[in-house]
Amino acid sequence: MDKRTLCLYFQVHQPIRLRKYHFFDIGKNSDYYDDFANRSLTRKIAERCYLPANRMILDLIRRYGKNFKVSFSITGLAVEQFRMYAPEVIDSFKELAATGCVEFLAETYSHSLACLVDEKEFKYQVKRHTDLMKELFGVKPVTFRNTELVYSDEIGEAVAGMGYTTMLTEGARHILGWKSPDYVYTNSINPKLKLLLKNFRLSDDIAFRFSDKSWDQWPLTADKYAMWLESADGEIVNLFMDYETFGEHQGADTGIFDFFAALPEQILKNTNFEFLTPHEAAGKHQPVAPLHVPYPISWADEERDLTAWLGNELQNEAFEELYEIRPKVYALKNEDLLRDFDRLQASDHFYYMCTKLFSDGAIHQYFTPYDTPYEAFINYMNVLSDFIVRVDVEYAKAQQKAEKNKAETGENKAVEKAKEPKAKTAVKKSTAKSGGKK
Amino acid sequence: MFGWEFPPHIAGGLGTACLGLTRGLAKQGVEVLFVMPKASGDEDQSSAKIINASDVESLYEYRDVEEYWKNINFMQVGSNLMPYMDPERFAWEVNKSIREGGDERRIGFKNKYEFSGKYGANLMEEVARYALVAATIATQQQFDVIHAHDWLTYAAGIAAKRVSGKPLVIHVHATEFDRSGENVNQTVYNLERQGMLEADRVITVSNLTRDIVINRYHINPDKVFTVHNAVDFQSYQDMEVNRGVKEKVVTFLGRITYQKGPEYFIEAASKVLKRFPNVRFVMAGSGDLMNRSIRRVAKLKIATKFHFTGFLRGQDVQKMFAYSDVYVMPSVSEPFGISPLEAMRSGVPTIISKQSGVAEVLKHAIKVDFWDVDALADAIYALLAYPALSEFAAKYGLNEVNTLKWENAAFKLKQIYEDVKRG
Repeated sequence: MDKRTLCLYFQVHQPIRLRKYHFFDIGKNSDYYDDFANRSLTRKIAERCYLPANRMILDLIRRYGKNFKVSFSITGLAVEQFRMYAPEVIDSFKELAATGCVEFLAETYSHSLACLVDEKEFKYQVKRHTDLMKELFGVKPVTFRNTELVYSDEIGEAVAGMGYTTMLTEGARHILGWKSPDYVYTNSINPKLKLLLKNFRLSDDIAFRFSDKSWDQWPLTADKYAMWLESADGEIVNLFMDYETFGEHQGADTGIFDFFAALPEQILKNTNFEFLTPHEAAGKHQPVAPLHVPYPISWADEERDLTAWLGNELQNEAFEELYEIRPKVYALKNEDLLRDFDRLQASDHFYYMCTKLFSDGAIHQYFTPYDTPYEAFINYMNVLSDFIVRVDVEYAKAQQKAEKNKAETGENKAVEKAKEPKAKTAVKKSTAKSGGKK
Repeated sequence: MFGWEFPPHIAGGLGTACLGLTRGLAKQGVEVLFVMPKASGDEDQSSAKIINASDVESLYEYRDVEEYWKNINFMQVGSNLMPYMDPERFAWEVNKSIREGGDERRIGFKNKYEFSGKYGANLMEEVARYALVAATIATQQQFDVIHAHDWLTYAAGIAAKRVSGKPLVIHVHATEFDRSGENVNQTVYNLERQGMLEADRVITVSNLTRDIVINRYHINPDKVFTVHNAVDFQSYQDMEVNRGVKEKVVTFLGRITYQKGPEYFIEAASKVLKRFPNVRFVMAGSGDLMNRSIRRVAKLKIATKFHFTGFLRGQDVQKMFAYSDVYVMPSVSEPFGISPLEAMRSGVPTIISKQSGVAEVLKHAIKVDFWDVDALADAIYALLAYPALSEFAAKYGLNEVNTLKWENAAFKLKQIYEDVKRG
């Protein structure tokens, strides 16, 4: 009997956190980031998770050679912070890349929800991320994973259009119905794109339940887990999770590292599973059916939809205002503005504004630096307001320059004339203002 | 004079008003003994001698005033009894009294009683004990008139009157209807009404409040007089700020509660932004309607032009005024309302609701009905778009607030004292 596939994928992301940004700062201080928190958190998580986990994986690859394989995606924002605060993390990923047993996947540079804006934006951000991966690891990614595993038929079609043949997403129950996540599916519009679906039960057994002492299966051991895997019914089991599961969400004292280090031996010895990277897995298995996903799904919360990021009026307003300024930002090509625009797009900012406090409240609380979603909104909007001010100022400057050039070349005199009275009233207003304030 | 607080240790505007009044009275040659539950020793005694009730050994016990108290049930204090307190402060006080286990001070109450002087959980008990001490003080001190500020001290005023036979003036800074809308706390209402009935004169901070006293407490209009508050800008210093935003700024500053009308400000802001994009709106403060307000702003899609600052402390309040081009107070019900005066003192043109007491004394503020969002939007637009109007309002508004002096209030008060002394 043919070997079945176990596919491991780990997500590496750290948002660049905003500082407390007051209304009085708008227009005066455009330093938006909490450097102290960003540095100390990056250092802390590097020491607790990324470095020891990478060491563990490297050891496993050395022990099992080509029989042990994993895949990662690392966001551009995480890479930026590693470069600043923990460059040894990048080195250790490079070391893993050199083994040939690790696949690095493509995603959006900023861990953004650009796929919901338009295809052009989506493509641009993916391209920037793949360029970065190529730069770091020497290989251009061939498999795609979207922010938070967000997927729909249309998003899949766009991804196929960018030349990817494999994409990861959630095995959402409301999409699959009676179907099993443990097979390869295809996009329903473009069948060339193969889909690997997360087995959320087996993934969450490790990612969320591992240390839960009220769980009737606690403590989880490697041989028990291998047994569960063996009893899965399909051809492929996809375990997708945050890399921070190791040492951060599940602390080292829970035994998570020992559990994972023991897992390959149990699986290779006692099951007929082999470890493959997503790209290899998609090449090996025949798709069983197209998957219809008319509305976007994700890997978050009970609903597995977008409501964690775009589920209330606060989130919708922040998201719309952010992308409204986009044409001007790109027209300007100003490095500082582009950098801030990247950072403001991280989906985390919208996640902090989520007001679903019931079934998933505990998880949301764990991930947010704010006391309430309202505070998150206020702070983000203050920052965004300052950003918009800067963009508008630069944009006006650029336009003036362009007009001057035009005037000098003697063209469009009529346009110049039409603009003149407007400039005059602006001057009038500002003098009236300074007079009134004394 | 019986009060609950006196600067520098104050929870809100009541203590400031008491200081202003005593200073004004001192200038009129009236001597004031100011009794407060817990003095700290650093109060300004230049205009009034402070008596700390916590130091007074009570000659009376509960049974002496039993008759007065028999209609009033002791109770744990609910959330809205504090006359002038912001929500953070209130939460802090409540937590503090829980932490400190409010009841420990009961021991030895027979003689001296250590008041907290705050607005904590055993407020009603403190109110009653304060009355006992007041009776004692009334037998020991020489005075002509008793003056009690707000419901917390009415019982003390009544006790002092019973013991001394001297006339009682009570001063209504706010009524239970202002604090709680129509959901009045009956115990507080009863205390207020009893004070008004037993008083020889009732002083209200505005005609608006006077009408409430007459119509809702059914007090004889002949003994109810309005003495408008004033404001003391002696220690005021102009603040220079370097504004970061180039747009005009329209400000709401106060508790974000039903009483202050925040929703009318938001709706008006949305209307103004449609016609006049060169403006930002700021809602400074906090309160139980804050989250709802934030949702509404997001829903109206004006959040890049409408900002929340949270609760502002100390210098930030003045900084906010210095940032502002228009100040709006759309209160649904406001016995007086001191903040528009502060705004005008900073040279900010001001819009106030007709449902505020301060509207009775100001000519150079624009007045609208709180519910008339269109009128409010028009007024904001006019002040933003027509420099002639805003400059006029700023200039004459500043002159006007500088004429609102506590001496004038004290002068009226002195006449009332003399009148009541004659019987």
